[in-house]
Amino acid sequence: MSDASLQPEPTAAVPSGDDAGFRDFFALLKPRVMTLVVFTAFVGLLAAPVAVHPVVGLAAILFIAVGGGAAGALNMWWESDIDALMKRTSKRPIPAGRVTRDEAFAFGMALAGMSVIMLWLATNALAAAILAFTIFFYVVIYTIGLKRWTPQNIVIGGAAGAFPPMIGWAAATGSISLESVLMFGLIFLWTPPHFWALALFMRGDYDGAGVPMLTVTHGRPATRRHILVYTLVLAAMAVGAAFTGIGGPVYLVVAVVFNALFLRDAVAIWRRDEVMAEADNYKVEKHAFKLSLWYLFAHFSAILTEATLGRFGLGGWA
Amino acid sequence: MSFRVTHELHKRRFGRNLGLGIVLAGLVALVFGLTVVKVTTDDFRMLVDEEEAQ
Repeated sequence: MSDASLQPEPTAAVPSGDDAGFRDFFALLKPRVMTLVVFTAFVGLLAAPVAVHPVVGLAAILFIAVGGGAAGALNMWWESDIDALMKRTSKRPIPAGRVTRDEAFAFGMALAGMSVIMLWLATNALAAAILAFTIFFYVVIYTIGLKRWTPQNIVIGGAAGAFPPMIGWAAATGSISLESVLMFGLIFLWTPPHFWALALFMRGDYDGAGVPMLTVTHGRPATRRHILVYTLVLAAMAVGAAFTGIGGPVYLVVAVVFNALFLRDAVAIWRRDEVMAEADNYKVEKHAFKLSLWYLFAHFSAILTEATLGRFGLGGWA
Repeated sequence: MSFRVTHELHKRRFGRNLGLGIVLAGLVALVFGLTVVKVTTDDFRMLVDEEEAQ
């Protein structure tokens, strides 16, 4: 659920007068982050070995998405001061003056409570408890507690974003298993190299807002080393997951190809210095960032493919 | 009896109110669908059957 992005924020339509429009409140939910939440929760739900009624599944995905959106709204409530300082976030509804902080807080809290209770009623207590913990973790531990204090903020924020497939799995099975932990780990370990690659070529914004990014606190060579280490651990885990209940031949091929490509970029980033990077305008770093987007999509699509094939007796290694 | 002119506030907030209305209608439909699914699942029928057997 980390909130850095290459693209500008969705520009909310400003209604006549100064009132917030429907789109402003929708923008508080961070719709782009919500698409990742929906997709990974959907895969977690379908990869589970227990069939879920389509209506229950739809409700589960919807309430997980609303819970994620509520966390986004509460994040914007707390961070409106630094959002106003950064070019990328200055047009968000609160710094733009279309929604007040109190409105955003009430909106976020109401949606958080509703999503947890409704997910409990629709599925089970464990899924609702993990969703509640995810919102708490993202808002209190990450946003309020640690984001402005530690350069490991990306790692901590990544953990919050890694919970949705685990919630989807728990919604279907009522339990936590190795497979759901592996899906959590996939996003958790993917997030740091993804955002640090971005931080290497997107300079300035976070410095001005006083957010301690690894590139500033430990330097850019250290960030390059961190990217390589996380990518190595990620690759081992991602390929290893091929031999569990969520894996299979299709997943193995996807994992080997994408991890080889991602590792190649991570090694190239590690071997470069700032002079080389500036000479080609951070070509390798930008390539790694774009590849990382496809990396996550490909892995979860492969898990979904294996689950779908499994319905016809074709998935996995059996 | 006379028609009252729509207040300016209602005109200004029409889009927001319409959006909220659609979302609430969707939520009602979803909760209704969930209720139907929950009361027609096997678990629920088993409970009814047990009561009838007693």
